[in-house]
Amino acid sequence: MYRIIQTETLAPTISKLVIEAPLVARKRKAGNFVIVRATPTGERIPLTIVDSDPEEGTIVIIVQAIGKTTHIISGLRAGDHFEDVVGPLGEPTPVSDFGTVVCIGGGVGVAVIYPIAKALKAAGNRVISIIGSRTRDLVILEDEMAAVSDELLVTTDDGSYGTKGFVTDALQKIIDGQGNPDAVYAIGPLPMMRAVANVTRGPEIRTWVSLNPIMMDGTGMCGACRVTVGDELKFACVDGPEFDAHLVNFDELIARNRTYSDPEKESFEAWKNSTETTDCRHQ
Amino acid sequence: MSGTGQTNNKPGAAGPDGKVEKRRKVIEIPPRERMKIPRHLPYEQDPAERVTNFCEVSDGFNLEKAFSEANRCLECNDPVCMKACPVNVDIPAFIQLLYEGDYEGAIRKIRESNYLPAICGRVCPQENLCENSCIVGKKLEPLAIGKMERFLADFEARNGTFTPPPIAESKGQKVAVVGSGPGGLTVAAELAQMGYEVTIFEALHEAGGVLKYGIPEFRLPKQIVDEEVNRVKALGVTIQTNVIIGRTLTIDELLGEMGYGAVYIGTGAGSPRFLNIPGENLSGVYSASELLTRVNLMKAYKFPEFDTPLKIGKKVVVLGGGDVAMDAARTSRRIGPEKTLLLYRRSREEMPARLEEVHHAEEEGIEFHFLTSPVAIHGDETGWVRAIECEKMRLGEPDEKGRRRPIPIEGSNFTIETDSVVVAIGQSPNPIVQQTTPGLDTTKWGTIVVDESGATSRPGIFAGGDISRGGATVIQAVADGKSASRSIDAYLSKLREEQSGSEEPAQSRSAGNRQATE
Repeated sequence: MYRIIQTETLAPTISKLVIEAPLVARKRKAGNFVIVRATPTGERIPLTIVDSDPEEGTIVIIVQAIGKTTHIISGLRAGDHFEDVVGPLGEPTPVSDFGTVVCIGGGVGVAVIYPIAKALKAAGNRVISIIGSRTRDLVILEDEMAAVSDELLVTTDDGSYGTKGFVTDALQKIIDGQGNPDAVYAIGPLPMMRAVANVTRGPEIRTWVSLNPIMMDGTGMCGACRVTVGDELKFACVDGPEFDAHLVNFDELIARNRTYSDPEKESFEAWKNSTETTDCRHQ
Repeated sequence: MSGTGQTNNKPGAAGPDGKVEKRRKVIEIPPRERMKIPRHLPYEQDPAERVTNFCEVSDGFNLEKAFSEANRCLECNDPVCMKACPVNVDIPAFIQLLYEGDYEGAIRKIRESNYLPAICGRVCPQENLCENSCIVGKKLEPLAIGKMERFLADFEARNGTFTPPPIAESKGQKVAVVGSGPGGLTVAAELAQMGYEVTIFEALHEAGGVLKYGIPEFRLPKQIVDEEVNRVKALGVTIQTNVIIGRTLTIDELLGEMGYGAVYIGTGAGSPRFLNIPGENLSGVYSASELLTRVNLMKAYKFPEFDTPLKIGKKVVVLGGGDVAMDAARTSRRIGPEKTLLLYRRSREEMPARLEEVHHAEEEGIEFHFLTSPVAIHGDETGWVRAIECEKMRLGEPDEKGRRRPIPIEGSNFTIETDSVVVAIGQSPNPIVQQTTPGLDTTKWGTIVVDESGATSRPGIFAGGDISRGGATVIQAVADGKSASRSIDAYLSKLREEQSGSEEPAQSRSAGNRQATE
């Protein structure tokens, strides 16, 4: 049992949860993730550890309600618990003093880039951050990102907040105005990461992305999270989740991530119908 | 069971006075009459029915069949069945106790050598081990030893007569076991009985390892695994799930600040291998591990009651010829495609799978295509599998293992339309512990190097089962666990002696000496 200490709604559909997981909190480094299971009949899903407090024995996760599992997690409150939390998983982010680093977070990916930006800042880098979302309501962790960045740019697809446009527009502007940064970290939806990789490929800017393939055990056992990086087969759970953006086969991963969309939709619809008259967090 | 090593008081073995004790005989009917009793067959679900459910295929024996089967034993003076068993279960002795109606005594007898009889009675390849050497089998069908073992375990569970074996006085030392598969459970059970305080660390959310995520429900019901795990816990063993050694904690932390005197690594071979052919990463291509874990551990066959999905289309093609391939094919079959095919690049004779499993798979309508090897997987415009391209093979000269090598026949390529492919060509050792434990020697295949006693290159660290063998059987993991338990006991006994020796001259305890007693 992993007790939830505190929850917070960051944006419509985006929640932050502070969970008691002392062993994970003690070991966690930027870039690590956990696999959680919310209920006894639940599925195992990977979530990035946004922050941790080894003294308190807690970790922070941020989740966007999309399907059944993420809706159930979003409905959890302080005092509720997760059935299982296991980690810290994955290789930590390679952090060193590169010079100037651009950290890009798209959508709920901002939650993943935040600990990395924080670690890069602490390592002495000049950190320029770009956070993007579809619309104003979905902008998260703006203050937190500002606190660990030398410069912060916010973009929204509809122009309702910050600059209208995509994170890649902002990145291009930085490259045009300030020259090539020494490294770029980009985390968000796969098409966004692919777009960032395409921007930095020409000027040969070292770029890392954090991949979010389908995962089950998180220990290299199921192979569901396999990705093609260069000409090698990698398991994102143990070899990643961060890889050289210019070597990742995004198209393949985008297709693979759609594997279970149909049953997931079915499961979500069934669950929604069953919860229409009840409080979803007790399901 | 005594703590340090086994005392050799078994009948048939030389006693302390050098005399060979004669085995008792209890079965009253003359051997010639015994030979007239045919081997009993268990009740099995009809193939047409069982492919529609995940219930256990075999119901095993009832009391009547088990008793009658026991009557077939010839009570050999020199029981070769026992020697053929990797853990030397005293088979004639338990059969005699079964014959005499002492069911509790019979299961206790098995458990002296193997703490997991409900599991091994189901998944052991008896036809290659004890039953293969049974003297009755020289002329007739051998005794159904596995089914009798299973009967006794199930009978005990049904009647709730299990009582934990006696536990030796506490040794005051702690042992950590990494992985709760058959090897880890065995080590824990053995050492707990010797008086050690044992904690098992399991990476997944349920205990049982491959018995839970790998072997299908219809061969080994998960409730049976849970019951067996509970019998291990009844010895005082603690199981911590959701702890990945190498991530959550390291071996060095266990041996250092956490005060464990020894560690046993039984992390198995769970990392799937792929073929490295084009199209292997298309959607609809699964490793057998993924398919089996989704279905067995995560209960995808009960979707959407359970949240984990599995998407199997109209046709499934399974690649491989081992037990895992059979499990994957039979599991896929039950998910409900119209057709399940299994492709193997050699011929039927070379298939490593157990005969019984091949037989069951065929009964269930799985189509076998031998001498067929995949060369590419083709997808549709959405990135989903559409077809698998294969080539025909012929058999050449035997390889170093004696199996004839498959050689491609040029120009024989053909395609099979399919919407899912399961790759079941083998698993590699899980690498996490090896990567995070300095000084632990490994082979080029990634397995942990151990000596005959299960000791690794580092003192206090032991290993066995698939992590050191690369891919073996449940009973081999149990056997490794047993021998490692003996060497762990020897190692810790020596530590105890050294400790008591060094403490006697009233030396102050140095800080560096803290780990042994907590």
